[in-house]
Amino acid sequence: MMSKINFFKPDKNNLNTFLYLGSFLFLISVLDVFINSFFSLNITGFLPGFLSFLFPLILGFIGLYFIRIEFSGIKQLDLLNKHINTNNFNAVLSLLIIFVIIKSLPPILSWFVIDASFAGDTKDVCTGSGACWTYIKVWMRRFMYGMYPNAEQWRINLSFIALVLMGSVGYFATDRFKKYLTLYYVVIYPLIAFLFIFFFISGGPVFFDFSYGIIAAILSIILGFFIPAKYKFYYFLIVPLALYITLKYFIFFEEYVELGKLDGLNWVETGAWGGLSLTFIISFFCLIFCFPIGMAFALGRRSNFPLIRYISVGFIEFWRGVPLITVLFMSAVMFPMFLPEDFFIDKLVRAIIAISLFEAAYVAEVIRGGLQALPRGQYEAAKSLGMGYWKMHIFVILPQALKLVIPGIANTFLALVKDTPLIFVVGLLEIVGMLNLAKTNPKWLGFAMEGYVFAAIIFWIICYAMSKYSYNLEQKYKTDR
Amino acid sequence: MNFKLKDIVPQLITVTAVVLVFGFFTYNAQINMENRGIDFGYGFLSQESSFDVQFSLIEYDGSHSYFRAYLVGLLNTILVSVIGIIIATILGVIVGVARLSPNYLINKFAAFYVEFFRNIPLLLQIFFWYFAALRALPLPQDAEAIFGVFFLTIKGLYVPAFIWQNFSVFFYSIVAAIIAIIVIRIHAKRVQENQGKQIPVFLISIGLIFILPLLSFLIGGVGISFEVPVLKQLATTSFIYEGGVSLPPELIALTLSLSLYTATFIAECVRAGIQGVGKGQKEAAASIGLTPNQVLKLVIMPQALRIIIPPTTNQYLNLTKNSSLAAAIAYPDLVLVFAGTALMQTGKAIEIVSITMFTYLTLSISISLLMNWYNKKIAIQEK
Repeated sequence: MMSKINFFKPDKNNLNTFLYLGSFLFLISVLDVFINSFFSLNITGFLPGFLSFLFPLILGFIGLYFIRIEFSGIKQLDLLNKHINTNNFNAVLSLLIIFVIIKSLPPILSWFVIDASFAGDTKDVCTGSGACWTYIKVWMRRFMYGMYPNAEQWRINLSFIALVLMGSVGYFATDRFKKYLTLYYVVIYPLIAFLFIFFFISGGPVFFDFSYGIIAAILSIILGFFIPAKYKFYYFLIVPLALYITLKYFIFFEEYVELGKLDGLNWVETGAWGGLSLTFIISFFCLIFCFPIGMAFALGRRSNFPLIRYISVGFIEFWRGVPLITVLFMSAVMFPMFLPEDFFIDKLVRAIIAISLFEAAYVAEVIRGGLQALPRGQYEAAKSLGMGYWKMHIFVILPQALKLVIPGIANTFLALVKDTPLIFVVGLLEIVGMLNLAKTNPKWLGFAMEGYVFAAIIFWIICYAMSKYSYNLEQKYKTDR
Repeated sequence: MNFKLKDIVPQLITVTAVVLVFGFFTYNAQINMENRGIDFGYGFLSQESSFDVQFSLIEYDGSHSYFRAYLVGLLNTILVSVIGIIIATILGVIVGVARLSPNYLINKFAAFYVEFFRNIPLLLQIFFWYFAALRALPLPQDAEAIFGVFFLTIKGLYVPAFIWQNFSVFFYSIVAAIIAIIVIRIHAKRVQENQGKQIPVFLISIGLIFILPLLSFLIGGVGISFEVPVLKQLATTSFIYEGGVSLPPELIALTLSLSLYTATFIAECVRAGIQGVGKGQKEAAASIGLTPNQVLKLVIMPQALRIIIPPTTNQYLNLTKNSSLAAAIAYPDLVLVFAGTALMQTGKAIEIVSITMFTYLTLSISISLLMNWYNKKIAIQEK
């Protein structure tokens, strides 16, 4: 007898029949959607409306059903079946996704590229139905630098280039210098960056009270080498503060040293800073500040001293319980009330303080997770070697705990970058703020979409790169336990 | 006594520092307020607010008090949060499960969605939906009806309103159904523990929750009718829909962006949770003869939920806090109405900002307490 043709149950025996028939139907269905989408031709227009709409789906479904043959022996077919065609439900979903992609490509492509206008520098060139990238081109400087004067923008560029170069030192360091890298990145690099931004980008006579603090800190560290270990705790408790007060009020009196005035640089007040560069500046500073503060509160929350523990818990839970926008509101309208009347803090600095404290609470919780995840044996081993609290934490606990929490820290920093647009509350305009300003410009009305898409692409690239980088770090520092 | 100076000194110093900082702030605040002639106090809450709010769930106009304005803002915040949480959870679970699908296309599609939406700042997304996407909607007079009753226009979404008769009967019938279900569940559990018999609780529950409200329609005198929005001309070019419920575009943009954004994080939580349940659990459950449904319900889900719930709670909290971004697009939430307009009018910065922060703190802490309670309930009971 001839093998009976079971038309509705594909199997290996009549593989070819089903394969040809199935792939033919599948291809027809895809082709139908493709032609419909790219050439706006409806080849199934003769069918009644509803059926015409569902035609490719039904055809594709039958096609996929025919080619669903288990272990056909053809490698590509098995792969296809395994990945997109395991059962009826999956087949329908796969078809829908393929159709959606084909359907959405032409409008997206035409908006982004084909019908978009790139040339010129006035609104008049934007007549097509596509995007008006001319708008982005014209406003590019504002989106990047805010209201920073055009002639001075090289200062921002130079600073960023210098900081990036100095930041990449770690990649080129020879083994001899590798051990100093942590010190470099934790202390020296932030300090240099600070000086760069506050002298070079700001360029004005910066009131430099904290230079005394730096001198006092360096002096007391040097002197600290000569103090016997027994008294070091009390020494570091008292001497730096005493030195600071002595320096400020008894040696230099009220003569403020104008370290900031560089000849030939105009002062650009922080109100004029803006755009993407401001996003970077704020993210950078908050990142530097929130990490040590967060670490301190994480340790405080696990401290044996009840009072310190309560204060840390209160701090962390307070900041984690309120939205950032209210924190910024507080820094804008409430904080000035808490300061002496003649005392003025720049609004950028206030925003940076507010965001840092806010993110520090999140960093603290992440680090606490790492501290808790370490086995008790690590603490006990360190103690049994005679290490004190600080030695134990600096050399044994924190290096391991921080390794564990790299993904968490990276997520917090990502959140920080994504939170920077909120500074519109205090009246600072980074890139999103500049977009909102630009779209209300009477000469350039009606290009909100282009602006937001542009900013979204920039932020997406930054955040995606950061998350991929943190993933690499995580893999690099993964130690088997 | 093991009393060491080294234990006391750091605590003392910390506390002194905190007290000094707070004291310094309070002192300055007092002086500043004296100089500016502002008096401290919460008395303003009962004064007439004399400003209007576009969208409110309770009756409100300028003649009501500041406290009522505060309530309006709070309710609007809660409304956005609740809608956002519901949509984000549904979407997040679907995407999270899709991330684990063996289907390559679905898997990548879900991954694309997650990577796309979570790497763009939420504020930017809100702006995009509000200023760019929703502005492209048709004017009221050009809008086409969706299913004949919904109208999506540039001025918002108009949906039919329910008009109830004897709503209280309907409400009580639902309450009765829920109580009955709880009682039956407890009873079923006891029967199963004592006699090993299984009562089809799920079917009975579904039956109850449908039949009791249905009975209330048939014999309880409950009636329902719809009020469909109707286009009305105000001026030659100005149209508006009357009747029904109108959801302002701010609300739509906000819930859309909040739920799309938060869903990506919930999806990752769900994925981690399901992946966290060992393969052996599934195989062990199948080998003792449980059906696939039972495996999912009795073995996988209880364990996965244990991993999923704590981070998801955090996401709910984040969504609630992020709803304060409403202020950026003028949706009248707590921050805009109270910390914005009311603050501008009264100038009572300290009182208003502190009330606002305290409110969010209470909201956050109550959600996290609720979730902690639930988490404890489903946690492994180790002996």
